[in-house]
Amino acid sequence: MALAVGCRARPGKARDNKTGSWRVFKPVFDHEKCSQCGTCKTICPEGCISESADAVFTPDYTYCKGCGLCAQECPAEAIEMKQEEK
Amino acid sequence: MPELIEGSLAVAEAVRLCRPQVIAAYPITPQTHIVEALAEMVANGKLDADYITVESEFSALSACLGASAAGSRTYSATTSQGLALMFEVCFNVAGMRFPVVMTIANRALGAPLSIWNDQQDSISLRDSGWLQFYAEDNQEATDLHYIAYRVCEDPSVLLPAFVCFDGFILSHTYEPVEQLAQVDVDKFLPKFTPKERLDAADPISFGMFASPDYYMEFRYAHDKALKDSKAIIEKAGKEFAKLFGRDYSALIEGYHLKDAETVLVAMGSICGTTKDAIDEMRAEGKKVGLLKIRVFRPFPTEELAKALAGAKRVAVLDKNISLGSKGAVALEVKDALYGSGIPVYGYILGLGGRDVRKKDIKEIVTLAEKGQIDQFYGLRKEVL
Repeated sequence: MALAVGCRARPGKARDNKTGSWRVFKPVFDHEKCSQCGTCKTICPEGCISESADAVFTPDYTYCKGCGLCAQECPAEAIEMKQEEK
Repeated sequence: MPELIEGSLAVAEAVRLCRPQVIAAYPITPQTHIVEALAEMVANGKLDADYITVESEFSALSACLGASAAGSRTYSATTSQGLALMFEVCFNVAGMRFPVVMTIANRALGAPLSIWNDQQDSISLRDSGWLQFYAEDNQEATDLHYIAYRVCEDPSVLLPAFVCFDGFILSHTYEPVEQLAQVDVDKFLPKFTPKERLDAADPISFGMFASPDYYMEFRYAHDKALKDSKAIIEKAGKEFAKLFGRDYSALIEGYHLKDAETVLVAMGSICGTTKDAIDEMRAEGKKVGLLKIRVFRPFPTEELAKALAGAKRVAVLDKNISLGSKGAVALEVKDALYGSGIPVYGYILGLGGRDVRKKDIKEIVTLAEKGQIDQFYGLRKEVL
């Protein structure tokens, strides 16, 4: 992202902040355990968990900050927070 | 044809001629006369502007920030505690790159409470990213408002400016001031048309969040824009001189500098007293000169080093003190002359309205000649 004078931004510009770089722990999804309830997608503060046509939930690691809310709330305990290897 | 007029009223008239669209200010001595006069002009239909009455200086500058974001030419004025209350907003206005122009009628900061003059208020905001102009007399104080708007609104600058003039010493003094004609001002200062402004039909946000990946680059860009504004000041000053005959193109000004052995460095109204003292010292055969700093931010480091290259010693007169360290101007002058071998002596004087007379300037020259740094000059030792 090139700097805008005075840190000015058009709508949607926050997409340029690749918040995935903040992550220390990474949510790893176990699709075998997943009950497809969609809680993770609802609760994700970054809004970065997407749902496919056959209800497979996947986080976008470009933006996932690794906050761990999805893992905490998952009723099926299908999400594990694993230390990032960088 | 010059008119004999109070400094504050002369400044108010110049501001009117600059056609600000939004004025937000809160009265505070010794700045009040300026905004009172402007409020009257708006009420009498002599100035087509929105005058926003606010409950504090914090709100005053916040209103200016918003109005500037919406694309208006904005104005405020304050001093001392009022400026201190604006501290946070000052950094935001500058960081969001809004060309707000604000007059500072320089006054001491409390405690202890003092309504009298020194330059501690604006100096304390030297790191806020605003341009800072200092006027020697009321003609200069008046003219610097045209220069400030012109420079600040330049698309390559887009920064706010303080136009500082000494409270009471200038603000409440009657001096002959030549005012410009509206038609000429309009030629020098065209309508403010920012490329980006708040507009519901074309949404934009200002001063957004910057993560550690970007913050430093924003600070670098801000610093660069401020330093690069030197060229724009020079250009605007030259054009002003061509149109009106008074030249403010240089960030510094010399008085008997050429063969001076002792050079005094000062800002603001003290320069007038210093020039008179120099005339008398010159008549006695003393080779003394003055280097006046008109623009403190961006600081004219290279210009100053060049201008002082021939001096045997430099004595800096500071109407402020960075408590626990030294006078702010002396520190910058020392930085500019680092490695030159020219000794720089700093003197703190005139704080909280203490008079500075010709004899004081002469005494300081004598002290500097003896190589004595008297950091506080003229202390009443009997009360200490």
